[in-house]
Amino acid sequence: MDNLIEIHNLTISRGKKSLLQIEHFSVCKGETMCLIGPNGAGKSTLLMAIAQLIKTDSAEIRIDGQKIDPKNVFSFRRRIAMVMQEPLLMDMTVFANVALPLRYRAWSKDRIEQQANTWLEKLGVLALRDRQARNLSGGEAQRVNLARAFAINPDLLLLDEPFSSLDAPTRAHLLEDLHDLLANTSVTTIFVTHELNEALLLGDRVAVLMDGRLRQIGSPQEVFNTPADAEVASFVGVETVIPGKVLTCQNGIVTIQANGFQLEAVGQAQPGRQVFFCLRPEDIILLQKSDILATASSARNLVAGKITKITPLGALTRVSIDCGFTMVALITRSSAQQMNLHIGAPISAMFKATAIHVIER
Amino acid sequence: MDFILEGIKQAIMLLVEGNPEIVHIMFLSLRVSGIATLISLIIGLPVGTFLALAEFPSKKLWISMINTGMALPPVAVGLFVSIMLWRSGPLGNLRLMYTPSAIIIAQTIIAAPVVTGLTLTALQQLNPRLKLQLYGLGASRIQMILTLWREARLPLLATVIAGFGSVISEVGASMMVGGNLRYHTRVLTTAIVLETSKGQFAIAIALSLILLLLAYTVNLWLTWLQQRNSQK
Repeated sequence: MDNLIEIHNLTISRGKKSLLQIEHFSVCKGETMCLIGPNGAGKSTLLMAIAQLIKTDSAEIRIDGQKIDPKNVFSFRRRIAMVMQEPLLMDMTVFANVALPLRYRAWSKDRIEQQANTWLEKLGVLALRDRQARNLSGGEAQRVNLARAFAINPDLLLLDEPFSSLDAPTRAHLLEDLHDLLANTSVTTIFVTHELNEALLLGDRVAVLMDGRLRQIGSPQEVFNTPADAEVASFVGVETVIPGKVLTCQNGIVTIQANGFQLEAVGQAQPGRQVFFCLRPEDIILLQKSDILATASSARNLVAGKITKITPLGALTRVSIDCGFTMVALITRSSAQQMNLHIGAPISAMFKATAIHVIER
Repeated sequence: MDFILEGIKQAIMLLVEGNPEIVHIMFLSLRVSGIATLISLIIGLPVGTFLALAEFPSKKLWISMINTGMALPPVAVGLFVSIMLWRSGPLGNLRLMYTPSAIIIAQTIIAAPVVTGLTLTALQQLNPRLKLQLYGLGASRIQMILTLWREARLPLLATVIAGFGSVISEVGASMMVGGNLRYHTRVLTTAIVLETSKGQFAIAIALSLILLLLAYTVNLWLTWLQQRNSQK
């Protein structure tokens, strides 16, 4: 797929401190790239630099293969839309806010009316059209903010932690709506977040930024299953993220088909939906004689595989297992010694239905 | 105490009768201070905006100079403008001394720092990321500035009120550069000083009341505009 935006050798420093050092970063047309990283990693700075809103020490940024001239960024900015953490709406009506960037582009009155109403409706805030923006709740304001950005029909949508200040239920609803909008519009998007769930749900690819450097770029599964290094692994936390399909959902138990295994998880999901199931390494129990112990346990899930990697981590040992997908378990060093684990040895992993976290794709 | 009541009565009579000299003084005051405020806005709005939005090394120095300028004593301004416009001064050949234009120049020097300083404050009170957000939505520089002015319209109207208030009520500079010439450069404040020095307290009170009424009417209109915007 063609790249919409390409960045080469981007560096930003303040005094002697290096804020960003990106050798190469690109986003394909129609792709949603989630930029994740801890606070202070430089995520927002990178987004600002891409939008040409802050000065860089050096950078070559290309859109559609055309190099952007830092002295003439206006035409580039007309192709993007930026959504910041705070809604930053103007002190005018909801409609006027959505119409504002369209007026900048000298659209006709009728076209503005139609476009603004369309996007207010898509974001579910058309009823608030004539309300003053300052009287909106946080969730409503962020919906208007998103409508304002989408209404531009941007080539590149830059979202800087747009849900960070919202409460959990509001965030969940908005996230779902944004997921649908991104899928329907196919607008190329860079979405900055430190919420891993948001990255898993929205990202076609995920880029991990730490200390101003890109540490890993890949599919969500790649980044979450096989972190590039210990810091990334520590940041992403959940080490087992497997795609699957919901078979049934009865009495709060979801049955998921994944790589030939049928797994049970506690939760709600519609049958037929594509999901990820996530497992933390410490929730996995390893068994050598699975047939005997599994029947004596309350755990609902048992998968068999072979050990592919053993990593000692002080008092703990990280064990990677190939079961058709990669699972990572964390056990104590003494358990690993007693079980005499070695690479290539057959092993079974057992985990409870409550240990699985299901996220819709 | 009778002269106070007499003054109020006389003021009403002067207004009702439409005394031609008072009407001339009143309109000259309005014209001179109105033009000075307008020029101050033309200078102060862009300069204040530039200082609020731009980043450059000597920015703090310029802001401190503007803040000092906001407290410029009108007599000092009057002295400076007099020296500049005096027949033997650097701008003496313009022959502006003792003309309404000289008063406008002096009043502009008084009001411009007020307008600049308050514009700067009004824009600095906005969220600093607003500028970036507007650029991020495709605004040109002019569109960004006009949107920020609209966003800060209430404090900016207060700026106009303060600018006009600072010049309609000043006397020192108008007296020094205008000369208080009858039917030529006599404005309300200089006329009040003259009548008071002559012991004509009744007329002085009458003129003061007119000045107050004038300032109140203009400010009432500006305040109405401001509050109408705030309620929208």
